[in-house]
Order: sequence, then structure tokens, then C-alpha cells
Amino acid sequence: MAQIDRDKLLDIYTRTMKVNRTDEKFRELLMGGKVAVMYYCVRGQELVSAAAMAALEKDDYVVCTYRGQGEQTAKGIPMEKWWGECLGKATGTCKGKGGTMHITDPETGIMVTTGVVGSGLPIANGLAMASQNNGDGRVTLVSFGDGAANIGGFHEAMNMAQLYKLPVVFLCQNNRYGEHTAYADHTDSPNIASRAAGYGMPGVTVDGNDVNQIYPAVKEAVDRARRGEGPTLVEAMCYRMMGHFFGSDFSYMPPEHIAEMKAEDPLPKLRKVMLEHQFTEEELDAIVADIDAQINAAVEHALAAPLPDTDEIYKDVLEETA
Amino acid sequence: MAQITMTQALNLAIDEAMAEDPGVFCLGEDVSAKQGGGVFKVTAGLTEKYGEHRIRATPISETAIIGAAVGAALAGQRPIAEIMLMNFVGVCMDQIVNHAAKLRFMSGGQTPCPIVIRTTTGVGVGFGGQHSDMLEAWFAHVAGIHVVTPSNPADARGLMRASIDANDPVIFIENILCYGLKAEDPGPGYRVPLGKAAIAREGTDISIITYGRTVLDALDVAADLEKEGISVEVVDLRTIAPYDEATVLASVRKTGRALTLHEAVRPFGTGAELAANIQEKCWDDLKGPVRRIGGTFSAVPFASHLEQAWIPTKPQIVEQIKASMGKL
Repeated sequence: MAQIDRDKLLDIYTRTMKVNRTDEKFRELLMGGKVAVMYYCVRGQELVSAAAMAALEKDDYVVCTYRGQGEQTAKGIPMEKWWGECLGKATGTCKGKGGTMHITDPETGIMVTTGVVGSGLPIANGLAMASQNNGDGRVTLVSFGDGAANIGGFHEAMNMAQLYKLPVVFLCQNNRYGEHTAYADHTDSPNIASRAAGYGMPGVTVDGNDVNQIYPAVKEAVDRARRGEGPTLVEAMCYRMMGHFFGSDFSYMPPEHIAEMKAEDPLPKLRKVMLEHQFTEEELDAIVADIDAQINAAVEHALAAPLPDTDEIYKDVLEETA
Repeated sequence: MAQITMTQALNLAIDEAMAEDPGVFCLGEDVSAKQGGGVFKVTAGLTEKYGEHRIRATPISETAIIGAAVGAALAGQRPIAEIMLMNFVGVCMDQIVNHAAKLRFMSGGQTPCPIVIRTTTGVGVGFGGQHSDMLEAWFAHVAGIHVVTPSNPADARGLMRASIDANDPVIFIENILCYGLKAEDPGPGYRVPLGKAAIAREGTDISIITYGRTVLDALDVAADLEKEGISVEVVDLRTIAPYDEATVLASVRKTGRALTLHEAVRPFGTGAELAANIQEKCWDDLKGPVRRIGGTFSAVPFASHLEQAWIPTKPQIVEQIKASMGKL
């Protein structure tokens, strides 16, 4: 696979740390009792999302899930709007009506965040179908977990995407758990990517904790889609280092699994790669400090922002009520 | 003007919308020329004009069909998705209810979802329990969807154009037994606005509020009862949800009696909502309780005589009207 150039590495690192620092900040706010909302932690999966978003163009479409913070912030939703939505404020992307599980920001290509496992794949096909119909050259990437690979919509969507050669990338973040159920307890096939063959589609399994694997794999899938050669299933092996949602029990994760995932943590690995590419500790720390300052400002803005007007419950139901 | 069938009316409406707007396209099982233009021929002749990209024959994958329609709509297109028979919506309810209907609201108005979901159904053709149900109440109960059904070819043409124009999802129900109805073609560009009922027949003694195929039964009964000196008004909702409350209430205030009539099963049907609303808002004008007729609360049976016993019949309608008038 091709080497990642220094500029792209820096881009991926910056996006990765944005995802990670956002996740850390969210957990800090939740633990401190400053906010009380549903939040699906992305610790351990930051690199997969960041590398995937770095492989897309600005105008490309993304469909993600409730565990979509990584795609959303890495694609570039303005932080104030993102935090505003997560805190249920009028300044949020969706005026506080969508929330953490339903972030939408068409300006940055975040078209749907679904709270229903597997529902994003068929919708991604439609976005890609529109691009195929009108020739706008966009690619659609849909992110989902290993749990989604066992719902009917996954199979329907994969078959249809290949049938029409839609410009879509299926990114399965195999974080080894579907909600509280371990991979081996919900699936007996060795991986998800091999299912692609059943639809006549290429499928690859890569280490999502290794930037030199995940970025080139997604980039190739994106390029292929843009060339009109059809969809690809990219399975990124990664770990969900927290429970299903913030505050949920994860006693079902065996100690050896926890030890394994700590050893595979993508962040120290990425930092090592950065240092090997002659980025200095100081440069990398400065990037994180800058991100932290942006996040802190966005959180302060969101905390101080007004609540949505109660009349909003009657608005945006149909066009007539817009 | 020429006479057209309901099938032709729908085809003409889709054809002219596709000619005017390159963002309009059809997708569904068997819809393209290779499969004969749809099992009921509604999309016949359109592949030849617009190509297979705009008349997309799909695999038997209802979730993928509606999901694709949702996604394409979010990207600014106007898909017309066909769910061949209404019972098959059971396969794709998540895409309709959790996504199509809610994305405008959940996005704070950023992503409206202008899709038309065409679907066919109807009791009386021997299709049995999984191919016959009228399931309009399922969708009427969900905020964010229009539910539409025509009772005649002119309305079919006008409602289809208006549904394609709409910037929200529309469930467009076509009754199998109405496809062959013939009437005068209202002509190009004809639209029947969503949310507007029609007074299909004026009367002064009782209002029947109905839609779709049972409008025909109501009109037949009204004609018969006129000979007995009973004047029946027939309100054809055309849009079942959100419905034209003003027209319904005005009719009931005028006649003082109301009967709701639908093919779908009676319990928790749209007639219950209509009756409750009428009674809340027209209590002082009512001469008696609102009466309701609907299908039997069981699966639609197969054997012809069972099916005929299952559906609302004209004698039942007459009986309910006479009971309401105190003439039994």
C-alpha cells in the first residue's frame, strides 16, 4: 500500500485528536454531573473515524450511527453547533431536536445519524444513487459496527449497492461487541469482510489501530467508488474501550480482552508513527492544546446557549409546520 | 376530453413529473420495461422514455428500496418508491417510520424527505391474509407523513402530481379494484392539493366520511336511499392524514349525523379518530352518536364468500344510516 505523506498524516493526527479530546471532554462533563445525556463513547475507535474522514472530500456524504462522534467531528462539524446539539440547545445543528443520536449537518456532509443499528446502509445507497443519477462525483461513506452486519438491511443494501455499482463505501468498525454481546456470541464467521464476496463486492479486513492500514484501505475504496467501479466493504478491526454507552456496565468484558485492547490502543501507536515522521513532541502537544482550547470554548458557548423554544415541538413536522 | 383508467391516470402523472424534473425517478420491484412496467402496469412505457436509471427495477428488498428513496431524497431528488403490496410495508417500517417520517423534525428542518411510496392493496380479489390489508391507520398514527388514496381516475392524476410535488413523505395507496375505473381525464398539470377532501355527493341528513374504494359503495347507497327520501352526503377524504378537518366538521354540522366507513378493520381504525374528533367538536350539532363501519377484526380470508362477509357491505351501510336516522 502507498505511503501516507506527511501532510496527510498531520491531517489524520489532528482529526484523531479532535475525536479523542471531544470524547474525553464529554466523559468529564458527564462524570462531573455538568450534563446528563446519552453518550456513546468512541474511545479506542478515534483513528478509524479520523482516517476514514480524511480519505473523503469535503462534499462527500457520510451516514453514521449513534456512536458517530468520530465521523461527525472528524468530518468537520463546527464544534459550537455539535456541542450545542449534544446539550439540547437551540444553537445545535438540529436546534436541539435531534440530540446525540441524531446529529445532522448537511453543510459538512453528515446527512444522517441513525439510532437504529443497520439502518444507515440502505440510506447511504440512496445518497449514492442520487450522485450516480446526477453525476455530481460524490462518494457516500456509511459507518456501522459489527452488530449491524447481522440485520436484514445490511444484506439488502450490500446486494443493491453492488447491483447498481453505487459510489458507496461500507465501513464496518468491528469493535468486537454488538451492544453487550461479544462478536463470538453473535457471529460464527471469522470476519465481516468475507461476506462481501457473497454480493460480488470486494471486502477487506484491516487493523483499524494502524494508520498505515486503515487510511490506505478506505482511500482505495473511496477512489474506486469515485471512479464508478462500485462499492467496497472495509472492515476495520478496533476496540470499544468503554461500555456500550456512557455509564453502562461493562463487567461482561473479560480481563484478558481489556488487557488486549489496552495493548492495541491506537493513540500511542499513532503518536509513534508521527515521531517516526519527524514530528516533534512539542508540535504534537501544541496541536492537542489548540484542540482543547477550541473544545473548551465550544462547550462554554453551548452551556451558555439558550434552550429551544417549546413551540419547536410543533415545528418541522411537515413543510406546512416548518 | 378522453376517458382514462386510474392506471393511466397514475402513469400520466408520473410521466409528466419525470419530464419536468430530472430529479424524479421510480424504483421498485418489477417496475421497468424488462419486467413489463410493474405488476399493475402503472410504470409501463416510462423506461423507454427515461431509461433504466430513472425507472430502477430493484431486488425484492423493501428495506433497501425505501432506504434508497430516503437517501436520494436527502440529496435533493424526488424518488417514487413502489412497495408492490401494502402488507409488505411490514418489511420496511423502520425506514418509513423512524427515518422518512422523522428526518425533517430530528434535523431541525434541515433534511426534509420528499418521497412518494406507492403501494397497492384491496379486499375482494382473493389475495388472502398477506396481500389485502388497508394499513392506512398505521401511518396516520405517525407524525411527518401524508397518507393519500384516490377513489377515481381524476383524483388519482391530481393527487399523484401533488404527492410528487410535496416536500415530505407520502404514502400513496392504490386500491386494486379501482385501477380499472374510467373517467374523464382532467388533463396535463392537474393537481389535487393534499389535505383537501371532496364532497363527492351533497346531502342533508347524514355525512358518510370515507376514502378510496368505499367511496363507490357510499355513492351507490346514497343514490339508492335518495329514492327513500334520505339525503346522504359523501365526504371523500382523499388525504387520510393529515385530513381536511374543516370540510369534515362543516359537513357534520350541516347534516347532524355522521358515519365513518373504511375497508380497514374497525378497532383503532381511522374511523375511531374521526368519530372522537367529530364528537368533541360537533357535540351540540349531533343528533346521535357517530357510527363506524370497518372490516372484520380478523385476517382477510381467502374464500370468496368469506371475503365478502368480511368487508363492509352496502346493506351494512344502509342499516347503519337507517339506525342513525331512527328509521329501522
